[in-house]
Amino acid sequence: MTEKTAYNERLEQKLTTIFAGGHSKYHEKMKEQNKLFVRDRLALLFDDGVYLEDGRFANSEAGDLPADGVVTATGKVGGQQVCVMANDSTVKAGSWGSRTVEKIIRIQEIAEKTRVPMLYLVDSAGARITDQLDMFPNRRGAGRIFHNQVRMSGFVPQVCLLFGPSAAGGAYIPAFCDIVIMVEGNASMYLGSPRMAEKVIGEKVTLEEMGGARMHCTISGCGDVLVTSEQEAIAEVQRYLAYFPANFTEMPKVVEPKAVKEGRSLEAIIPENQNAPFDMYEAIDQLIDEGTFFNIKKLFATEIITGLARIEGQAVGIIANQPKAKGGVLFGDSADKAAKFINLCDAFGIPLLFLADVPGFMIGTKVERAGIIRHGAKLIMAMSSATVPKISVIVRKAYGAGLYAMAGPAFEPDVCIALPTAQIAVMGPEAAVNAVLANKIESIEDPKERLKFVQEKHQEYKEQIDIYKLASEMIIDEIVAPSDLREVLAMRFSAYSTKHIPQPPRKHPVYPV
Amino acid sequence: MKQLLSTMAGTVFTIGVNAGDDVTAGQSVMVLESMKMEIPVEAETAGKVATVNAQVGDFVNEGDVLLTFE
Repeated sequence: MTEKTAYNERLEQKLTTIFAGGHSKYHEKMKEQNKLFVRDRLALLFDDGVYLEDGRFANSEAGDLPADGVVTATGKVGGQQVCVMANDSTVKAGSWGSRTVEKIIRIQEIAEKTRVPMLYLVDSAGARITDQLDMFPNRRGAGRIFHNQVRMSGFVPQVCLLFGPSAAGGAYIPAFCDIVIMVEGNASMYLGSPRMAEKVIGEKVTLEEMGGARMHCTISGCGDVLVTSEQEAIAEVQRYLAYFPANFTEMPKVVEPKAVKEGRSLEAIIPENQNAPFDMYEAIDQLIDEGTFFNIKKLFATEIITGLARIEGQAVGIIANQPKAKGGVLFGDSADKAAKFINLCDAFGIPLLFLADVPGFMIGTKVERAGIIRHGAKLIMAMSSATVPKISVIVRKAYGAGLYAMAGPAFEPDVCIALPTAQIAVMGPEAAVNAVLANKIESIEDPKERLKFVQEKHQEYKEQIDIYKLASEMIIDEIVAPSDLREVLAMRFSAYSTKHIPQPPRKHPVYPV
Repeated sequence: MKQLLSTMAGTVFTIGVNAGDDVTAGQSVMVLESMKMEIPVEAETAGKVATVNAQVGDFVNEGDVLLTFE
């Protein structure tokens, strides 16, 4: 019990004011929006609600700016020490003054020095224009926050929970994080608000159209996980962090294994007809420990699936084509999505599992004009330069550069496994026969004869690319029965866990963008 | 008026609905053939089909209108 002295009373008064945050009318407004007060968010996030706070008295002499609108803290999440900055939107809409920015920079410095994950709980209107010279352009101004994020990228995990707006320059906090979890209806991210867009370029749109959470998680790809409440967002970040080590020098933890979800066998799920769609999620469920899939960018570029999971308790990053969406064809967005995910896993020692069923990269003027080749190059570079254990499984078809993108044999996967349904080729039988024999096919006048000829050629082609022939030529390393795949993967990931590839002597590659 | 747009370039393979039909969200209304794959096209929301804007065999580009709803 603290002794009651005049000094202590002053301290208590100060603390009471700081802990109360902004004016009660702003607290009421937050409740209406189903938003939690910043200190309640932190109490939910940290183990037992316990945390250490820095800069608590920042700007306390100003009177109406408790903690200067941001709480910076360190504490444990799921047993792992983490650093956190959390905007308080009851204080001048969470806007940034000079002390706000200084506090954020200092907590980043602590995260870097102590080598622990850095979390950003963002809910901020952006810069306080009245304070701009003190917080915007200077050496320890807001730009330094992003500079620090870039330096820490791949050094410690960085996660953004977007609870409210993240406007203008502030929108780069989520952009430099490993992943962004967005609360639908409240989170938004934009460089210019709808009001500014109307004034400056004459465009009239709603906030949701401009930068709402659902838009970013489905269309722009700036958001990774869409949730319906702040409580769910906090539960998701707790689940996410369990897959990661504290920093790049450590390895992800192995946990108690779980059995797979009950369901149909892989043989029943995967259709023999290469052109018929199926749901790759159902196949993934038969390979991983039940309930361990953490889907990243679930709603964006759905033709490729990227997510964290566990196989026999070991963390893995899964990159899988989804034949059910756009035939599993790779587009610019799918390439970007997979490239970032591969970079994330490789940075923190999470092994990669590729599940290939891909007709190739999309063709046509639409995608060429959008630069599909340079987007595809990002994916191939990320996959190629990843040095974590990499296993490539050819589930069904892997045609053209699709084989390359999915860690085909040339890209040094530790093993390239084929299921008996696998088919590897420059292109599928139909396309190949058309490409090579178009004139000959045209010249056959009798339709029946023509069909017979085409079918014969299809058969010949299929024999040329027969998967046992490729195994015999040692192009693929192994053919595995679908029912054995999970066990084989668990054993191989365990076998490759000591893999080490020294980096080539150079500064860094010239990244395609 | 709500529209259903093609998510990728391809050829219309089969059409499963006519003008006037009621569809449910997630119902497969059309199949495109693209990159030698069958690409099912699903209705995003429930509604009554007003017009079918493509015929079997037509080339459709990404973003082209396939169906409109009342």
